[in-house]
Amino acid sequence: METGTWKVKAGLAQMLKGGVIMDVVTPEHAKIAEESGACAVMALERVPADIRADGGVARMADPTVIEAIMKTVSIPVMAKCRIGHFVEARALEALGVDYIDESEVLTPADESHHVWKHDFKVPFVCGCRDLGEALRRVGEGAAMIRTKGEAGTGNIVEAVRHIRAVMDNIRKLMNTPEEELMTQAKELGAPFELVVEVHKIGKLPVVNFAAGGVATPADAALMMQLGAEGVFVGSGIFKSSNPEVRARAIVKATTNYQDPAIIAEVSKNLGDAMTGLDIKQIPSEELMAQRGW
Amino acid sequence: MKIGVLASQGAFAEHISILEQLDVEAVPVRLPEELRGVDGLVIPGGETTTISRLMSAYNLVNEISSRAKEGMPMFGTCTGMILMAREVAGNGVELLGLMNMIVKRNAFGRQRESFEVELSIPVLGKEPFPGVFIRAPIIEHFDGGVEILARLDDSTCVAARQKNLLAVAFHPELTTDLRFHHYFLDIMTGNC
Repeated sequence: METGTWKVKAGLAQMLKGGVIMDVVTPEHAKIAEESGACAVMALERVPADIRADGGVARMADPTVIEAIMKTVSIPVMAKCRIGHFVEARALEALGVDYIDESEVLTPADESHHVWKHDFKVPFVCGCRDLGEALRRVGEGAAMIRTKGEAGTGNIVEAVRHIRAVMDNIRKLMNTPEEELMTQAKELGAPFELVVEVHKIGKLPVVNFAAGGVATPADAALMMQLGAEGVFVGSGIFKSSNPEVRARAIVKATTNYQDPAIIAEVSKNLGDAMTGLDIKQIPSEELMAQRGW
Repeated sequence: MKIGVLASQGAFAEHISILEQLDVEAVPVRLPEELRGVDGLVIPGGETTTISRLMSAYNLVNEISSRAKEGMPMFGTCTGMILMAREVAGNGVELLGLMNMIVKRNAFGRQRESFEVELSIPVLGKEPFPGVFIRAPIIEHFDGGVEILARLDDSTCVAARQKNLLAVAFHPELTTDLRFHHYFLDIMTGNC
């Protein structure tokens, strides 16, 4: 009997596919998320919109918050550590969280190196903006990838840019002759063996979700149609006027992403979505997606 | 022969891929009308609460239950096994309630306790079967009509059959071993 194998780490992400992972800051939120059909929750002290508004250094959440949420729900509980902060990651592993998000939403601890994730029993999810970044994280041991988008904005434009970049890179690799794969690896800045694997299987070697800006059921379905295998919704639910109704609607739209009639139906009477931000109005040093490499 | 794979959420694509490798037509099922043309149904691993909620929202619980009671073969893995059980210890999700057994969710603990182990499964032959257990359930109790197909070394029950219904606590869909799906096809064609 062997625990912490690659198969069980990547396998949990496979079980989350087609689902919605929701940011929650209290056990009450977590209960609402579970009742609404979330396939997992991300336990946080503040949702990204508040982190953005508050400024300062954002760190791993207080373990008390995380444990309270773990006690409340039966679905998997994820939590975030700062990029490169392997001690926060070890602490989250010791708490028994089901997935660690090495996340650009928190202030990076290391601007050059990410956590070496292979040595952990608990699986990691990491953000990316393109295929090269995704494969670098998988090379370090990430068992799940999510496109970054721009967290806490309620604006889907960056999420679209990133999922399109990943899918476009994959389509190109599939049509690349073998003798050009090494050059592709060099240009992508990605491990050669993983470039070869993507060329062969026509997809990422791990599950890929979309994140960062999903605020409506149609946003979630858009991500799915562009090739994401599930979605993270951060501020979009609990910063809206009616979180429970919106959460249920986003879950239904993610399952039935190819059915416009269902998306139209679930989009009715949701109340106000979170207030969105124009990415161009955000000073470039405050963009979260550019954290990590 | 056409097999539906419940596609509300979870690892349905993996089941469809294995069934296609066995030359069987497999289609995703999200709505009741998609259930009508299928001869059997697979319920994949996923999140039990999520899948249960979506089945209720789209009126699939009654549709699937009545088809199963008419004899439609079903194969549930992990979440599928939970949903097919008569009762789940200490949790209030809506179940299909088809198999005469009580199941415990997350019976081994959280993700860090997820594991792989080789299983001896007599109905599949001598070769051990790769058991992938992810936040897995177990069969705590079973009654008449339920045949246990696999146990762990400590004799915990992890796979069962009740006539047309097959349920396992682990994930054959995450392996390259096709024998469990083949066994399900044998149930469908009345070969075992």
